[in-house]
Amino acid sequence: MIYLTRKAEFSASHYYQNPEWSPEENQRVFGKCANLNGHGHNYTLEVTVAGEVDAVTGFVIDLKLLKDILERQVLEDFDHRNINKEVAEFVSQVPTSENIAIAIWKRLYTHLHPARLHRVRLYEQPDLFVDYYGEE
Amino acid sequence: MKVHLTRRYLFVASHRLHTSLLSEEANRETYGKCNNAHGHGHNYFLEVTVSGTVAPETGMVCDLVALDEIVKREILDRFDHQDLNHLREFAGLVPTTESLTICIQQILSRAPLHAHLESIRVEETGNNSFEYSGAQLLRR
Repeated sequence: MIYLTRKAEFSASHYYQNPEWSPEENQRVFGKCANLNGHGHNYTLEVTVAGEVDAVTGFVIDLKLLKDILERQVLEDFDHRNINKEVAEFVSQVPTSENIAIAIWKRLYTHLHPARLHRVRLYEQPDLFVDYYGEE
Repeated sequence: MKVHLTRRYLFVASHRLHTSLLSEEANRETYGKCNNAHGHGHNYFLEVTVSGTVAPETGMVCDLVALDEIVKREILDRFDHQDLNHLREFAGLVPTTESLTICIQQILSRAPLHAHLESIRVEETGNNSFEYSGAQLLRR
């Protein structure tokens, strides 16, 4: 078993709002992130796949293929977008890094054959990241 | 759905690696430049990883502001701009970054984090880092 990690970057805006709460409650829980005009980040995504090294190619997965999958499944929808308004999963969900990592996992995990998705790591800032390993 | 969240912090401190259990010569051999009698310092980067279920109403594993406050109060205020050898946490201990990492894990494991403390990672320099998760196995 070997693990391979590919990085990708995207820039996007978001804000945190629970529509069932009052403005005061949103402000109390989410602080500056509750500003309805949004704010943005340069996100760094690290996708780690696991698998066996193919005896013929020496690959665990074709890197070009992985890059294309990341582009199609994630970057096309997230890069230079307003996540609250333009990414389907977040019409009814708070776009925290936790939820974005889970959404990215769901977008990727069926597409990586013959490797399997091991971890999605999403940096919101250099000093803050989340890891998701799927349902445990 | 369980998610791991990691927050990175910086503190700066000095230390000297030396043990009274060894001779002066053995100390020099064991610790090399780190045995310099006048000490030396590092910029320590601390990574605190917590885990938990994402709360549906907030989308969050834990309140970051609360986590920052606890880490500041329990760790940064205690270690930043200090000489580790003079702190009571290291009385009788050599303040290697192994000991420092374990010490931080033990302090934070007793703190009210509102999420499970998964692991502590400390970078002593860009080339050396140490990780400790208490009794549990590190997640790789």
